[in-house]
Amino acid sequence: MSPDIGLSHYLAVAAILFTIGVFGIFVNRRNVIVILMSIELILLAVNINLVAFSMFLHDVAGQIFAMFVLTVAAAEAAVGLAILVTFFRNRGDIAVDDASMMKG
Amino acid sequence: MGLQAIAFYIMSAVTLGSALMVVSARNPVHSVLFLILSFFSAAGLFVLLGAEFLAMLLVVVYVGAVAVLFLFVVMMLDVDFGSLRQGFARYLPFGGVVAALLLIEMVLVSGAIAERGAVAHATNTLPEGISNVEAIGRVLYTDYVYFFQAAGMVLLVAMIGAITLTLRHRPGVKKQDIAAQVARTPAKGMAVVQVETGKGISE
Repeated sequence: MSPDIGLSHYLAVAAILFTIGVFGIFVNRRNVIVILMSIELILLAVNINLVAFSMFLHDVAGQIFAMFVLTVAAAEAAVGLAILVTFFRNRGDIAVDDASMMKG
Repeated sequence: MGLQAIAFYIMSAVTLGSALMVVSARNPVHSVLFLILSFFSAAGLFVLLGAEFLAMLLVVVYVGAVAVLFLFVVMMLDVDFGSLRQGFARYLPFGGVVAALLLIEMVLVSGAIAERGAVAHATNTLPEGISNVEAIGRVLYTDYVYFFQAAGMVLLVAMIGAITLTLRHRPGVKKQDIAAQVARTPAKGMAVVQVETGKGISE
């Protein structure tokens, strides 16, 4: 690891990536596919944080945790897309901002 | 500037640029392709950090499975994506303000942590002479073995959930029903009819 690239560089990249993910959720409120992709970006930012801390603290547990985050992200994507497909079948559309079937 | 610094700046720029394209691209197929590019360069960042196993896992799981799943769903659904972009300009200022605040907070906190937090006086050392994969394996299958099993259960439940959600029985589809075939008896499957002369037989 070169001395000029430190932990703060990686944390900055992860922070910007997280922010882009949150921003994507805000501006694409109707398109649930892009919302799911934004969630994946947020989880990727979390993973970068975990791996960076793991390497700079010399503790491999962070990488184990990143692996579990990866697992949960994959499961979340699979279930989310399955819900999306079912939603599309029932309504013929994926605009989620006017989805109010569950409203009492 | 060392070679690693150049590689870091290039890969982080590609990661962030393509992440921005994911949320702002007009066509969701382009979004998915930019997502793949973003994951790929993030894997490059992991290699740069020295976490080779996680980098390969990122490529295999995210690029190979999750992104392709997204691509399938985006191409399978026949949606007018143009109408879904309504409100993009309306939410842009609000989203921008929230994102800017979030970014400032996180950069301040992470800068403070990187300079004065626990990292500044990290004492433990990685075991010498073993690869990253071996180091992960030694910990994952001993200290974290129950968590590892639980992760498997999470994937199993997600798989069952996805199948249950998307499985449907459409009426009118001709499919072999083995139970019905086995349960069939000569009495049910055959009928003797007396056909009157000159009249024929109809269903």
